[in-house]
Amino acid sequence: MTNSIAEIAGADFILAIGTNTTETHPVIALQVKKAKREGATLVVADPRRTGMADLAQVHLQLKSGSDIAMLNAMANVIINEGLYNKEFVDTRTKGFEALKETVAKYTPEHVEELTGIPADTMKQVARGYANAKNASILYTMGLTQHICGTHNVFAVANLAMLCGHIGKPNSGVNPLRGQNNVQGACDMGALPGVFTGYQSVTSDEVRAKYAKAWGINDLPAKPGLTVGDMLDAAGKNVKGMYIMGENPVLSDPDADHVVHALEKLDFLVVQDIFLTETARLADVVLPATSFAEKDGTFSNTERRVQRVRQAIDPVGNARADWQIVSDVATAMGYPMDYNSTAEIFDELASVTPSYAGISYDRLEEGGLQWPCPTPDHPGTQYLHKDKFVGGIGNFSAVEYIPPAELPDQEYPFVLSTGRRYYHYHTGTMTMRTGALEVHYGTESLEINPADACKLNIAEGDMVRVKSRRGQVEVKANLTEVVPPGMVFTSFHFPEVPINKLTNSMKDPICKIPELKVCSVSIEKVS
Amino acid sequence: MAEVTLTINGIEVTVPQGTTILQAAEKLGFFIPTFCYDPELTRPGSCRICAVEVEKAKNLTVSCATAAKNGMVVHTDSPAVIESRKTILELLLANHPEDCLTCGRNGDCRLQDYAYMYGVREAGFVGEKHAFEIEDENPFIIRDMNKCILCGKCIRMCDEIQGNNVIDFAYRGFRTKVATSMDTPLSDSNCVFCGNCVAVCPVGALQEKGLRAAARTWEVKKVKTTCPYCGTGCSFELNVKDNRVVGVTSCDGDANGRALCVKGRFGYGFIHHPDRLKQPLIRKDGQLVEATWEEAIGLVAVKLGGIKRENGADALAVLSSARCTNEDNYLLQKLTRVVFGTNNIDHCARL
Repeated sequence: MTNSIAEIAGADFILAIGTNTTETHPVIALQVKKAKREGATLVVADPRRTGMADLAQVHLQLKSGSDIAMLNAMANVIINEGLYNKEFVDTRTKGFEALKETVAKYTPEHVEELTGIPADTMKQVARGYANAKNASILYTMGLTQHICGTHNVFAVANLAMLCGHIGKPNSGVNPLRGQNNVQGACDMGALPGVFTGYQSVTSDEVRAKYAKAWGINDLPAKPGLTVGDMLDAAGKNVKGMYIMGENPVLSDPDADHVVHALEKLDFLVVQDIFLTETARLADVVLPATSFAEKDGTFSNTERRVQRVRQAIDPVGNARADWQIVSDVATAMGYPMDYNSTAEIFDELASVTPSYAGISYDRLEEGGLQWPCPTPDHPGTQYLHKDKFVGGIGNFSAVEYIPPAELPDQEYPFVLSTGRRYYHYHTGTMTMRTGALEVHYGTESLEINPADACKLNIAEGDMVRVKSRRGQVEVKANLTEVVPPGMVFTSFHFPEVPINKLTNSMKDPICKIPELKVCSVSIEKVS
Repeated sequence: MAEVTLTINGIEVTVPQGTTILQAAEKLGFFIPTFCYDPELTRPGSCRICAVEVEKAKNLTVSCATAAKNGMVVHTDSPAVIESRKTILELLLANHPEDCLTCGRNGDCRLQDYAYMYGVREAGFVGEKHAFEIEDENPFIIRDMNKCILCGKCIRMCDEIQGNNVIDFAYRGFRTKVATSMDTPLSDSNCVFCGNCVAVCPVGALQEKGLRAAARTWEVKKVKTTCPYCGTGCSFELNVKDNRVVGVTSCDGDANGRALCVKGRFGYGFIHHPDRLKQPLIRKDGQLVEATWEEAIGLVAVKLGGIKRENGADALAVLSSARCTNEDNYLLQKLTRVVFGTNNIDHCARL
C-alpha cells in the first residue's frame, strides 16, 4: 500500500477493484465503512455483486477481465474533460502524450460493449474520482490474477498519477495483501530476481555486498525460476525442491499438473505444521512450529513490521522454521548458529536499507512502517511524497486484451475463484480450529438462478464442474451474487480442489496465473 | 485550542474545551467507574454509574457525556455520589444471576469489581428476574442475556466500528434486551462473528465460547503477537494456560485497534490440533515414517547436496512462505543463494 490502513477512512472517494474487502480483509473493510459513514463515495468494480458491492453507491459490474478497458475509459474521460491534475502530470510524470494517444479510443461508449458498464456510469465515476480531494484505489487479486495482471496495475497507476491522487495522506494506490507475511516474504528476497529490499541479483555491486556480508566469494547472478516455472521444470532441469510452509497442490492452478510435477522430482523436502496435500508427496517432512511457538516479525500490507512473540513451547518435536533452515545450512557445510531471531533481524536490517532503522528494541514500542532507514527515523506512513521512489512517475499506456480462455459451446461458463470470510488459503489451518469449519463446513458453487433453472439445478444439488484440465463435484448455491454466465467458488476446501480446473496461463511479466477467468461446463450430478 | 479550567476533588486542572469531566478526572488520576462509556464509541450516558457531583448543579452529572466548563467544582467521591453508585449496583444485581462462582468472566467483570469496590453484598431489591434462554448454538460466542446490564456497548460496537448493525435494543421496560432483528439467534442473523461485541462487554453477557470454558481469567498469561491470517496485521493477545493457547483477546493494535475478525479471534484451534506434525518423517518403502531430526536433516543435506553436485545448483528450487516470519524467509533465501547456490526461490505471492 502506498498509504496506511487508517488513511482509508480519510478518503472521500474510494474505488475498490476486484476486492471483496468485507470477506477477505474484514478489518480493513472497517476503514472503508468508516469513510463511507463520513460521507465518502464508494465505487466497487467487480463482476460479482459482493458484500462490498452492496455497500457501494456505484457497482461497476464489469465483465471478467475487462479491467483495462474500464480504467482506460476513465482516463479517457478525465483527459477529454480536462479534469486531470496538470501540475502533477507536468512536474512528476512522463509519458502523458503516449497515454493520451492510447486511451483516446477507449471512449465510454466504445468500451460499454467490452465491460458491460453503461457509458454514463463510466463518465460519472471518472469525474467523481478526478474531482475528489482524496481518492484511494483499493485492489486485490480480482485485478491481478489475469494474464494482463501487471498491465491492470499499470492502468490503475496511470489513473492515480493522472489525477495526482498519490503521494498524499489518504490518497493513493493500495493493494491489500492476502497473507500475513506475503509483504515480508517479498521484502526478504524470497523472490527469484532480488535479494532483501528488492535489490537485484543481476547487479554486481549488490551481489558483492551480500557476498561480503555472508562471508562467501560469489553469489549466483542469473535470476531464478518463479513458482510456475519451477513446477514446469520439475523432473527436467529441476531435480530437487525444498518447500517451506506452502501447499502448491491446492493453491496453484492446474492441480493435476502440480502433482505430476512434484512426483517427477528426485527429492522433495516439505517443511510444514501439518501433513498437507503437498507434504504427502515429500521424501522428507520436517515439522515446523506455528506462529504461537516462535519469535519473529511479520510485515503487513501497509509495510508495518510487527513482532510475533512465542507464547508456548513447540508442539511435540517441532522446531522453528529458522532453526530448521539453520540446521540444514550447517549440515551442508555453511554453519548458521543464530541464538535468537533478534540476531537474524539485526543481520537482515544491516543489508536492507528500508529496514535498516528497525530493531526488536524499537518494535517493543509498536510496529514500524518501512522505509525506515535510520534508528531515529519514525517510519513512513505513505509513499511517494514529493517524489516517486523511482524518481519520475512513468505513465505506461496499456491496451485491453481478452482473457486467455473464453467461454465457448463446450465450456460455456466463466469460472472465477477466490476466498471466503471464514477460511484461509488452502484451509490447512482454518479446517482444524474446532470453530470456523464447524460454522462453515462445506463449500458450494455460486451460480445464477437463471442459469441454474436452464440446467435444472436446484439449491443444494451436486453439480459437476468441468474444464479442459479437470473436474470437481460441488454443491450448487443459487445466488445473484454472480451474474448469468459466471460461477464462483473458493480454493479453501481440499474436497473441492477447484485448482484442478483453473488455467495456468500466466501474465508474461510477473507470472501471476489467470485464476479469475477460465471456461467451464456445469452439469447436474444425477 | 480554547481551554477550560475546573476543580476536581480540590485540585485545579486545565483541559481543552470539549474534554469531558471523566477525561479531566482521569488526567488527574481520579478513578470514576463506567459501564456504558467507551472512548471509541458514542456516549449515551445511560448507565449513570459515572455520575459525579458538580457544585450548583441540580442533580448528579453524568461525567462521561458532560463537557468540563470553566469554574466547575466537581466531586467524584462525595457521599451522594457513592450512594448513587451503590443504588445503581443494587438495582443491577437485583436482576443478575448470582452465579459468579461458575461464570467465565469471574475476575474480569466490571459489575463484580464495582460491587466489591463499593461493598454491595446483595441486591437490596426483590423482584422478578429475567429467565432468558442462554444462546450457545454457534461455535464462537455464548450470549447470556440474563447477565446483560443493557449498557449498549455491543450495539454501538457493531454499528459504529464493525458497521454491521446486527443488534439493537428490543422490547420495552423490564423486558428490554439486546437482540438481532426479529430476535433470532446470531447464527440466523447477518452476524459475522467478529466478536468485537464480546471485546467490549463489561460483564458476562457475551463470552468467547472456547476461552471461557478453558480457563479462569486469572489463570491465563497473555502474549501480544500478530495474527497469522490475512495481510492486515492485526495485533491480539494469545491467552495461554498450561502451555496451551486457550483463546484470543483484543489489545490495542497499530493496524486494528481492538477490532478482529472471526479468523483472528476464533481461529486459533489449529495450534493444538492432533494432526500437527510432531516428528520428522522420512519416506521408506513408499511410506512416510517417523525419524529423528539428525536422520532427517542428514538425509536432506546428502540428497540436496548430491543433486547439486550431479546436476548443478540450478537443479534445486525452493518455495519460501508467505505465512512464515521475516527471519524464516531471510534465512531460507540465504540458504538458497549461499548454500544451494541458486536464485530459484519464490513463494505464493501471486496466489
